[in-house]
Amino acid sequence: MQELLELFQNPNARWVLFGSILLGFASGLIGSFVLLKKQSLIGDAMAHAALPGICIAYLIYGVKSTPLFLLGAAVSGLIATYLIQAIVNHSRIKTDASIGVVLSVSFGIGIVLLTYITRHSGGNQAGLDDFIFGQAAAMVRSDVQMIAVGSLLIILLTSLLFKEFKISTFDPQYAKGLGLPVKGLNAILMVLVISMVVIGIQMVGVVLMVALLITPPLAARYWTDRLEWMGFISGLIGAVSGWIGTAISTMGEGLPTGPLIVLTASSIFILSLLFGLRKGLLIKGVQRI
Amino acid sequence: MNALTVKNISVTYDKQPALEQVNFSVPQGSLTGIIGPNGAGKSTLIKAVLQLIPKSSGDVSVYENPLKQERNRIGYVPQRSEVDWDFPTNALDVVLMGRYGHIGMFKRTKKKDKRWAADCLAKVGMESFADRQISQLSGGQQQRVFLARALAQNADIYFMDEPFAGVDAATEKAMIKLLQEWKEEGKTVLVVHHDLQTVRSYFDHCLLLNKTPIAFGPTDRTFTYDNLQKAYGGALSILAQESSFLGKGG
Repeated sequence: MQELLELFQNPNARWVLFGSILLGFASGLIGSFVLLKKQSLIGDAMAHAALPGICIAYLIYGVKSTPLFLLGAAVSGLIATYLIQAIVNHSRIKTDASIGVVLSVSFGIGIVLLTYITRHSGGNQAGLDDFIFGQAAAMVRSDVQMIAVGSLLIILLTSLLFKEFKISTFDPQYAKGLGLPVKGLNAILMVLVISMVVIGIQMVGVVLMVALLITPPLAARYWTDRLEWMGFISGLIGAVSGWIGTAISTMGEGLPTGPLIVLTASSIFILSLLFGLRKGLLIKGVQRI
Repeated sequence: MNALTVKNISVTYDKQPALEQVNFSVPQGSLTGIIGPNGAGKSTLIKAVLQLIPKSSGDVSVYENPLKQERNRIGYVPQRSEVDWDFPTNALDVVLMGRYGHIGMFKRTKKKDKRWAADCLAKVGMESFADRQISQLSGGQQQRVFLARALAQNADIYFMDEPFAGVDAATEKAMIKLLQEWKEEGKTVLVVHHDLQTVRSYFDHCLLLNKTPIAFGPTDRTFTYDNLQKAYGGALSILAQESSFLGKGG
């Protein structure tokens, strides 16, 4: 408890906590659409594919620069998404298998590149390892600022287009019939998800980033039957997870942030599954009696 | 005046033709049944006309204008099975979606839109289900919600994809009454329909389809044994033995 209080005295830690709360909220909000569109696995592939992008950016420029890393992550995430679709379109392989292939291949390439970098060019100092599981303690003020601004932008855009995302998720054919640019909306959502993954990996890591997108809305669904509330509650759950996970991680030496955030979110999910007001196991059991 | 003119629509799926050279014009204020065997391309036709799926050729005009300009005058009722009914939303919210085209991008729904949606829900006898999560509605109730959503659009031409599939008799009756009201208001309705027995009593126009149109026009002239034989082939004789849907005029 004493340590937790001290943490709030430290300005750098306060910044990081603030960033993690915003990141969690944005992730939970946009994750609601990822979940309902049944695109969780694509999100996972995107996050894993970010690793080779980061490594290649480092190999090309030879310096640790968060903006460059994120650019690399975004490019390789986009390539992965494109590959998944291309494999489905041009072969008899179905989407789930296509995602599996692209995910494992790109993560494999990422790990190979990472090992090469750590052995040959002092990549340890570059802190590339931190991108696998996330390391909030390693973040500097400019990193946090980027996370905060990015998260706010994502929250703003998702709120502005909430109605359109809702209808094109629920009934895309009907939305097209109304004259809404469904393809464009899907593309915007995809870009928002990639951006979310990219700004989140520094804190949560490529391996677990998708959990921060998917677990909060899964938990939120147990508390409401309205998408508006689901997005908001999911955001809150994400924010709380980000806050608690980051706080614990910054207290201990070398505790990776991502797993702690995800464990927090998963605990909230289990509580929701048990005690949620909408189809929670307890309520269902009581109703059956 | 023709509410809808379809010229030379062709659609291919996986290099197989799904629709070939479909031409027809629907007069304003008519109630048209689109009839044909399974796989005849009935739903495909509606989707191609509304530009929901790509077509390899063809033109559609609505009140003599390109379809794009008249989007707000078109209402669409998709098949019930095409959406995820577990989606976190309630009946009123779904009906409200019918207003999205009028409200416009980026803007929020207003009180007056909600009132409008509630009125539409009442018109299909569903006002007491407004707050109900949609998975907790029966098949007939879900179809009524879809109908209310189409109503909320306040369109001039309606396209309905098997609206009577899996609904109870009371709902079917209520829906037909509503379609007839639309017709009297001068609205034009096209319905993909399966039940041959009710064609004569429901529709004043018929489009018999099997990849290409077999016949189009007033039901009296088009819904004949010969045309049905052409559309359904061998399957018809079994259908005909069981019922007398052709009536005396056939």
